[in-house]
Amino acid sequence: MDFVQNFPCISIILCLFAGIISSGLKDKAAMWLNAALLTVNTLLSAFTLTYTLSIGHPFVYVMGKFPAPWGNEIRAGAPEALMALFFCVIMLLSLFGGRHKIVEEVEEDKTYLYYVLTDLLLSSLLALVYTNDMFTAYVFVEINTIAACGLIMIRQNGRTIEAAVRYMIMSLLGSGMLLLGLCMLYDLTGHLLMSNMQESVALLVANGEYEIPLIVSIVLISVGLCIKSALFPFHAWLPDAYGYSTVSSAAILSSLVSKGYIFLLIKIIYRVIGFDIYRDTRIIDILFVFGLMGMIFGSLSAIRENDVRRMIAYSSVAQIGYIYMGFGMGTQVGMVASIFHILSHAATKSLLFIAAIGLTDVSGGSRKFIELTGSGYRNKWAGIAFTVGSLSMVGIPLFSGFISKLLFSQAAVQNHSKMLPALIVLGISTVLNAIYFMKTVIRIYTPIGQTAYPSVTIKDMQVYAVVLVAFIILNVVLGISSQPVVDIIQQGLATFA
Amino acid sequence: MSKLKPQKEYEKTSAFRFFRWLSGTKDPYVGEVEMHAQEENLLPEETIIERMREAQMRRDKVYDDELNKPAHLFHKGYVIMAVIFCMALVAVLLITVSYLPPSGNAANPVNNVVSKRYIESGLQETGALNTVAGMILTYRAFDTFGETNVLFIATCCVMILLMVDDAILKKQVLLNDRRFEPKNDAILQGTAFILCPIIFIFGIYIILNGHLSPGGGFSGGAIMGSGLILYVSAFGFKKTQRFFDEHIYKIAKITALCMYGLIGTYFYMTGANGIENHIPLGIPGHILSGGIILPIDICVGLEVACTMYAFYALFRRGGL
Repeated sequence: MDFVQNFPCISIILCLFAGIISSGLKDKAAMWLNAALLTVNTLLSAFTLTYTLSIGHPFVYVMGKFPAPWGNEIRAGAPEALMALFFCVIMLLSLFGGRHKIVEEVEEDKTYLYYVLTDLLLSSLLALVYTNDMFTAYVFVEINTIAACGLIMIRQNGRTIEAAVRYMIMSLLGSGMLLLGLCMLYDLTGHLLMSNMQESVALLVANGEYEIPLIVSIVLISVGLCIKSALFPFHAWLPDAYGYSTVSSAAILSSLVSKGYIFLLIKIIYRVIGFDIYRDTRIIDILFVFGLMGMIFGSLSAIRENDVRRMIAYSSVAQIGYIYMGFGMGTQVGMVASIFHILSHAATKSLLFIAAIGLTDVSGGSRKFIELTGSGYRNKWAGIAFTVGSLSMVGIPLFSGFISKLLFSQAAVQNHSKMLPALIVLGISTVLNAIYFMKTVIRIYTPIGQTAYPSVTIKDMQVYAVVLVAFIILNVVLGISSQPVVDIIQQGLATFA
Repeated sequence: MSKLKPQKEYEKTSAFRFFRWLSGTKDPYVGEVEMHAQEENLLPEETIIERMREAQMRRDKVYDDELNKPAHLFHKGYVIMAVIFCMALVAVLLITVSYLPPSGNAANPVNNVVSKRYIESGLQETGALNTVAGMILTYRAFDTFGETNVLFIATCCVMILLMVDDAILKKQVLLNDRRFEPKNDAILQGTAFILCPIIFIFGIYIILNGHLSPGGGFSGGAIMGSGLILYVSAFGFKKTQRFFDEHIYKIAKITALCMYGLIGTYFYMTGANGIENHIPLGIPGHILSGGIILPIDICVGLEVACTMYAFYALFRRGGL
């Protein structure tokens, strides 16, 4: 066995260790430990990715002496390693981009707890990505939920506490449904390991046994994870949670936490239930309809919003709708588009959140549009970055959002029954996206002569500017050379099944 | 005939105190227990009335039926919909349960190779008489490490919400600590004096015998935590801090979790790479047996005890 195969396990364990040790450190030390951890994990994930690409097939790693159906096991393939790499990079950038706000908004003696939470959140995200065992997944879903609540409420004001309570209730409802579905599935299959479960489920379907409990458990798992990832009718917790928490939390929550759950759902669809069986249950039609509704209603809510942070948050609802629309196509191509959109949305949404904070900072801290007028001139880097993010969200070529829209349309064209609604809603949603994002871009570049707010220069915000440039490069790279990434996803999905 | 003691010497004996307590001439609480009455509201009556009137006016405005008709209707519909939805969910789940495999049937899918190996070769492979402990701490040690971290992160979140700054805590120590409770309650202290050692020893026993009998880190730790809580409610935070303050709490928590992590990592790494690990399994049934179960149980027990106590202390006064 090659030594590289240890890396996924090492990166999860390192995160847990870093979280534990950070709880005894001072604020500064915890921050540096967190940064070091993220860098190391980025490297480890990159090594794992190159390794899985070179051997060309996924590998399983037994956690302990006992082989799989008895012991724990993790599995790393190219898409898992790609996701892990992406999560680490985006978390690193989001934390560096919002660091000055963390210092400002979090109580001084409690900043180390912020890093404890992010360390453990990363461990849970990596575990969700790499896991090959449903119960391990559930344990880390718990850690993920609690850590996300903490990240929301660590900026202590009334709004965030209320948002955290909402998030907790909805998220626990989702966890509960996931657990119920898992228990039923365990009762039917007698296994918790994904590959064994898939064999048993295929056998059950072939024999026509336990039809009703099987469908109910699939529905419970799907709905549970949909609630946790804020699909349209379950999105009520989202705008407050993303809109009022400190900016790094908002970026991490929108681009990583909800995506972790979606990736888990993809793994469950492919590796536990089996894609064909899942498609035949017709649940994908419901996901499709909800996805389409989310694309429209999320954008409509965003247009109505007068608060730039909440507007970006509502735009997340629309983008999550895109991802579930891809699920709803019921084809491999649609799934590839969804996974690509997970990456592209993660890169873009965190960029928008980080850029928006630069704009509101030079507008006296106000998030109202009227105050933001001309802020693109006062903070040039944030203005450029926000523009890039907006263009990517709308789907202009050169940026990552264009590729995902292209992939979605290709997927729609190949699916005859769903082509028309998918294409129409895609068009409407693009126009709506353009309305609210371009409105903001025009607003921040509307010159006003006299202003009470001072401009900032590059000297005041070197780290911030570097982070923004990194985000822009990430977006453009995803937009220009998307083919390798799409290839990795396609090959990975082939090995999933 | 016994010799009568002089009156002064007799008054010192416990028999005298007992008979005096029995006859009711002395109340054990008077002079012994410090009672704090609730502080009276210092606001003059007029401001209270004024404030009530203001609140009433606001309430009249907010709850005006004419203005709030749509909101009322929405709320009514919402409640009805919620009830219907919940009933539907309950019905669906109940119906589903009736289709699940009957419990206790030998032909159920759950009775397969997995549980067979746990039961048949669990003793040889883990060295633990308690099969459940062998399952959660050896076969699936990684899941349990995650589960322990759930407790850890929950404490972190409670700390974010309730932890009060040290300086404020010291200022408010008299106010917050036992504001509405009697100090030095004789009955509670007497009970705690007898019970606390027993509870601690029982908790340690359960932790150390986790691999031999029902119990283990989680249950034993919970018992030890409850012992700590009993001690602190009887004797107050000042006395507890002589042996368990925030510093010691941090050291105990971090050591326990790190030890678990190190043992776990050693176990995963050696197992996955096919290297022999040097953890002896011992003779099943002996106290020093069970491989990694006993040290992990001790770590989990420490962490659970710390968590229980930290929850209590944080909710009670916002600091350890």
